Amino acid sequence: MDGIHDLGGKEGFGAIARESDPRPFPTRWEGAVFSIIRTLYGAGVTHNTDQFRHAIERIDPISYLQDGYYGRWLGAAETLLVEAGVLEQAEITARAVSLGAAPGDRIAARPQAQPDVFAGDYPSTGTTAARRVDNAPIFGVGDRVHAAATGHNGHTRLPAYVRGKAGTVFAHHGAWVYPDTNAHGRGEAPQHLYTVQFEAAVLWGEGAASGDVVCIDLFEPYLENTSS
Amino acid sequence: MSENPAALRAEALESLLIERGLLTTEAVDEIIVRYNERVGPMNGANLVARAWTDPEFKARLLSDATAVVNELGFEGGQVDKLVVVENTAEVHNVVVCTLCSCYPWAVLGLPPKWYKDPAYRSRVVREPRAVLAEFGTEVPAEKAVRVWDSSAEVRYMVLPEMPRDWALEDTDTLAGGVSRDSMIGVTVL
Repeated sequence: MDGIHDLGGKEGFGAIARESDPRPFPTRWEGAVFSIIRTLYGAGVTHNTDQFRHAIERIDPISYLQDGYYGRWLGAAETLLVEAGVLEQAEITARAVSLGAAPGDRIAARPQAQPDVFAGDYPSTGTTAARRVDNAPIFGVGDRVHAAATGHNGHTRLPAYVRGKAGTVFAHHGAWVYPDTNAHGRGEAPQHLYTVQFEAAVLWGEGAASGDVVCIDLFEPYLENTSS
Repeated sequence: MSENPAALRAEALESLLIERGLLTTEAVDEIIVRYNERVGPMNGANLVARAWTDPEFKARLLSDATAVVNELGFEGGQVDKLVVVENTAEVHNVVVCTLCSCYPWAVLGLPPKWYKDPAYRSRVVREPRAVLAEFGTEVPAEKAVRVWDSSAEVRYMVLPEMPRDWALEDTDTLAGGVSRDSMIGVTVL
């Protein structure tokens, strides 16, 4: 999904704002949202991390940028709870209003009416997403590869900034649950995972410092052999 | 618009889930105390200090950090696979997650706010040296910058270089000087 979440290389965001409070939860609500997300895994509302990440990606772009990290988690929690039939959007709003919220608040990355059209059955990923597969890895360390030129609808971990670019396989990490299918309940379909190294000049042009690189973890279906 | 709509929305969700029996106030309070006070970057700092003082440990950490961390059983979130990358005279490493905010919780605790914000996630892959300079880190031109974008379930932590003027003391003292930011790679020690 070519959503706002795919931020690598986007320009215009300005200086990095460093916080003064080192605690992860400076206010209670952020800790409450963190707790809620953990609870949803146990309650069978969230089935796997890929599904959760995709719920965040489906937040409308303005809310995504405006509401901050725990605002996004809150929006995802709401989406998943409503889609699982545990709560209704209207009762959450009614409760918030009873606590002092304005009825028209654009609240905490409010989920859009954009159901997960691929939704199927979600097996639990379990304690690790690493898997054993019988097929050997197609690529080896040092191989020249291309990242696929295009993405697809739904969840993917192939960011736009490497698409179509040539890089070198830096490491092989064995096989892992494939987020692109797992997020949508379409099975784990484990795939080999590689760290691929891209030269900064290939990604960003001649202005990039020579010798600088970006290493990123890419699943085998995202990669093609570079013939040369 | 009310004063803090997100806080009110979170409170609404929390109260509804408590009524459904899916959550308790005590569980929320416990989580907040645990992560605010107990889980933090000290686990990573201890790994760094041990690596500096014990070459065999360092070799193991660089070749299979996952096994090291699993043996030590850190609180605060399991790690599927941890890779520790070493800063050297030739390479400076820095870690990001451009697609969400993946971070090695088990060794560094929960990420700082700036790590999750659009500015850091968008910029550090494209202009790492400018971002590092904002953190006060000037990387010499002859040293390569290697940015690690944590786009799958592998998590990355930087093993910073030990400053030349630090004495090889006991690991607790050394660990006390290792900052979170140096293990993300935005600063050096």
